Amino acid sequence: MSREILKVESLKAHGLEPVSFLVSHGECLAIDGPSGAGKTVLLRAIADLDPAPGQVFLEGVERNAFSGPEWRKCVRYVAAEPGWWEETPRAHFESRGGFDEILVALGLKTAQLDQSLRQLSTGERQRMALVRSVFDKPQVLLLDEPTGALDSKSSKLAEGLIKRLLKDGHSVLLVSHDPAQVARLAKRKLVIQDGKVREAAVRGARR
Amino acid sequence: MTQTSYVALTYWDLAFAAALILINGGLSVAFRLGIERTLFISAIRMTVQLMAIGFVLKFIFAQTSPLWTLGLALVMVLLAGREAMARQTHRYKGWWAYGLGTTTLLFVGLLAVLFGVGVLIRPDPWYAPRFVLPILGMILGNTLTGISLGLETLSTSARRERAAIEARIALGSPRFEALSTVTRQALKTGMMPIINAMAATGIVALPGMMTGQILAGVDPVEATKYQLLIMFLIGGGTALGVLLAVLGGARLLTDDRHRLRLDRLMEEK
Repeated sequence: MSREILKVESLKAHGLEPVSFLVSHGECLAIDGPSGAGKTVLLRAIADLDPAPGQVFLEGVERNAFSGPEWRKCVRYVAAEPGWWEETPRAHFESRGGFDEILVALGLKTAQLDQSLRQLSTGERQRMALVRSVFDKPQVLLLDEPTGALDSKSSKLAEGLIKRLLKDGHSVLLVSHDPAQVARLAKRKLVIQDGKVREAAVRGARR
Repeated sequence: MTQTSYVALTYWDLAFAAALILINGGLSVAFRLGIERTLFISAIRMTVQLMAIGFVLKFIFAQTSPLWTLGLALVMVLLAGREAMARQTHRYKGWWAYGLGTTTLLFVGLLAVLFGVGVLIRPDPWYAPRFVLPILGMILGNTLTGISLGLETLSTSARRERAAIEARIALGSPRFEALSTVTRQALKTGMMPIINAMAATGIVALPGMMTGQILAGVDPVEATKYQLLIMFLIGGGTALGVLLAVLGGARLLTDDRHRLRLDRLMEEK
């Protein structure tokens, strides 16, 4: 097993200079930069949601060796504002079970799976979307402001879940506007500014 | 038989009837609607277009040549394809803007004519323009409505439901699964007009073709049989056309990496 799980090489996301970097097993790499700098664009390019020249490798295998859907089952983008297409959260899960533990870890109740999505709060929907995105255990998670709509208590729970995933060897690319949260989860970060991407250490990193 | 006698109209009859348009004109002037000019131009256009097509058809019917029939049929398909494109708020970029509707209409028109004229009605010769062209026209007109409604629904819903579609794609759904909700909406919307027309036919309105045959002296029951045949052809043609166009549209809105490609739609003018 190679040490790095994800290798990005000269990836040219829209409006950004080509970017190269590595992410190790169990590592959280933060992505920083002002609004509109292209953080979401970069995550979407890695998930192959928008066409972007360049190469991305998962465990040494280039993404074109995967079909698009296969790639996204392993390298999963989680949008800041989740999209829904059925009435209840449960209808969005392919599997019948296996996510109760994650639900509880995020402070949600099993009964809420069958509630109408309109009855759930924005924060509850965001946590449901997190459950939906992690329960089938993708190797790399691209989290776009995963705690943006959460209160501090729920944020802590979400962070706990992320830490557990990292411990299990999953890797996370994290866009977050909370420096304290970034310091708790990541040692390194990519800083995007004016189309340029540079690597930096996270100040006060506690991991 | 007296009921089969056909009464020919003179140009004087038409001129008298045309005077009725003056009522519309008077209405526009009296209430200052400002539509006299448009009304006048529309009436002239209608007269010229219909007279022209009358002479063209008379000429082509006299030839009874497969080539002439095919030629006019192709012109009809191309015009219908152009109309299907003109009705879209967000057209596809490039050749497909025109190609999707036209290809579908060509395929459906060909199939419906071959089936309707070649298998069911079987005139002699089978390519007799008197049968082929009116049937093609009715098929194209109705399929065109279905296709443009279906494609319009597909592109507007895909734009509106973008977050949901991309959530499915990000979770690893293949493109047609990710688009299934909007595809279903588009298929349903595209097929509604013909289903509604079937339900209303005979009660609310007597279809134009049947009325025409009755005026020309055909027995009403025979005219009804023809009308039913046409309605079934139109129903099948519309269903097939809407299916092909919407699935083709869904394919164009995604790429071989199963990404949603709304950038392939033009912005609203």
